Amino acid sequence: MPILNSSPALPVVLLLPTAIAIPIVALLRKRLAYILTVAVMAVVTVISALNMAKVLDGGPIHYWLGGWFPPIGIEYVLDRLSAFVILVVNAVAFLVLAHSRRLVDREIPDPGKHVPYYAVALLMLCGFNGILVTGDFFNLYVWLEICSLSLYGLVAVGSRKSAVAAFRYLIMGTVGACFYLLGLGFLFTVTGTLNMADLKAIFPQVAGQPTAVIGLVLMVVGFGLKMALFPLHGWLPDAYTQAPSSSSALIAPIGTKVAAYVLIRVLFFVFGVEYVRQAVPVTQVIGGLAAAGILFGSVMAMAQKELKRMLAYSSVAQIGYIGLGIGLANPLGFVGAVLHVMNHAVMKALLFLAAGHFRMKLGHSTVPEFDESVRRRMPWTTAAFAVGALSMVGLPPAVGFFSKWYLALGAVGRSNWVFLGVILLSSLLNAVYFFRVIERLYFVRGKTTAGSPEDAPAAVRAEAPWPMLVPVLILAAAIIGLGLLNAVVVKGILAAAVPPGMG
Amino acid sequence: MTEFVLGHYAYWFIFVLLGLGFYGMVVKRNLVKKLIGMAIFQVAVIMFYVSSAVKTGATIPIADPALGTAETAKYINPLQHCLMLTAIVVGVATSGVAYALVITIWRRYKTLDEKELLERMKDDADPE
Repeated sequence: MPILNSSPALPVVLLLPTAIAIPIVALLRKRLAYILTVAVMAVVTVISALNMAKVLDGGPIHYWLGGWFPPIGIEYVLDRLSAFVILVVNAVAFLVLAHSRRLVDREIPDPGKHVPYYAVALLMLCGFNGILVTGDFFNLYVWLEICSLSLYGLVAVGSRKSAVAAFRYLIMGTVGACFYLLGLGFLFTVTGTLNMADLKAIFPQVAGQPTAVIGLVLMVVGFGLKMALFPLHGWLPDAYTQAPSSSSALIAPIGTKVAAYVLIRVLFFVFGVEYVRQAVPVTQVIGGLAAAGILFGSVMAMAQKELKRMLAYSSVAQIGYIGLGIGLANPLGFVGAVLHVMNHAVMKALLFLAAGHFRMKLGHSTVPEFDESVRRRMPWTTAAFAVGALSMVGLPPAVGFFSKWYLALGAVGRSNWVFLGVILLSSLLNAVYFFRVIERLYFVRGKTTAGSPEDAPAAVRAEAPWPMLVPVLILAAAIIGLGLLNAVVVKGILAAAVPPGMG
Repeated sequence: MTEFVLGHYAYWFIFVLLGLGFYGMVVKRNLVKKLIGMAIFQVAVIMFYVSSAVKTGATIPIADPALGTAETAKYINPLQHCLMLTAIVVGVATSGVAYALVITIWRRYKTLDEKELLERMKDDADPE
């Protein structure tokens, strides 16, 4: 079928018009906005899975927009890495959006903003899909701005303080995009091309020039800002805390990961492993910053009382693991980093959704006010939260263990004992701040039931409704399932995706 | 050395603009002034691209029968200008979102001064 030949472009081509159509369709019936959003995400997820299967079978798929050949035209490329990340992003986003209806109704006070919310969320996903699939640097910039602008909107519909958080995010995000654009400008003046494959071919001739080095460094700073690499993470905690829970659950698992993907793509697949390790040692710098970020994020997370803020700081730490994998720049580190993109997406989506359940049913998500009665009221949500938390700590067989395992092996392979120590220490720190929550949810008697176990059933069972519970339970099952199947993912998909020259 | 400094005068100008924009974003306390800094920062990047398209003695990139099309050195490079048209559109969209946020902040806190804003945000004890 000819339409399937254009499959790399299909997610983008489906999402963009749907995002625009949603406000119009919703004029008929408001409910249609949600239905259309979930339907199109289901289709996009299926297409991504088919694309993944096709890439595994027959190698990378190239698509030339408008029939213009690269390097003049814009090229879309699906290889194992991009197809894998696209599948993860779309599947997680599908689950979160399917979950989001009640949270959106509840946490966004103005009903006039419900329909645009879905439109903007789809626009953001369209941007992410575009970033992941494009093989052209300037096209990447345009998608980056499309998804960033939508992100600011998704953050700003939250609490009273959210507009200020979104404003800060906007300033820092724009600076990041400008740095990237400036870096691209330097590279363009020395190579004269915007196509990634073409730039890769030309690059060795100009690799020694200071202009190329400046371009590379500016690009890394730009994406460091976008992926909230320590110490450029300043925008993240406020943005994730003040955004409505449905937005945080959508942004936190995906947003920073896409920027991390671009960094992996640009550093290892365009500039080449040799160049970014030896000639211009940016990977060492990224690795060092990431290690500092892991410790900083974990310590800050321990200090937080509010659950969403704690999860936001834990995101700063978790993005550090991906940075650590980039810093190692060996096959095991690469596998660990890409595996962690998937793991963290699944875990953080689950944890933020569970935080949303707590907010919806209890009216707050403040950790010191949790007690055993919460577990009595919402046993399934609490259990799912516990699975996610254990995975974050890194207990096998949950997924969280395996990415840390590969990263640790990678650190041993490089004899980098500092990184190994950071991975181990951070697992302990994770254990401290997640067990604190689990302890309150399972073992601490509430004030109302203190002393008299007979009064315990006083807490009425008030679980979140099943349309919200199902996505959360699927994510919890995925944490265990993907953990058990991690060898399939690593051997079947990622082992062959290791960039050339890394072995 | 003087040749290097004078030969790259366009770049020095752009670096000054970048610095001005960054100064505005970081140091200025008024949110609108921060946005003005952001706009200057974006414009500096656009100027950088456009200045890199310049060729001495070349003309606009429209095929001229008198010059022919064989020698590309006679025409300036149009690609950067096309790219920057897109970047300008992106910049306008960013400004639009940013000013919408500024209006929301003003409605909620009745101030655009960063220091006052932080104080008034502290008064909202409610995390919601």
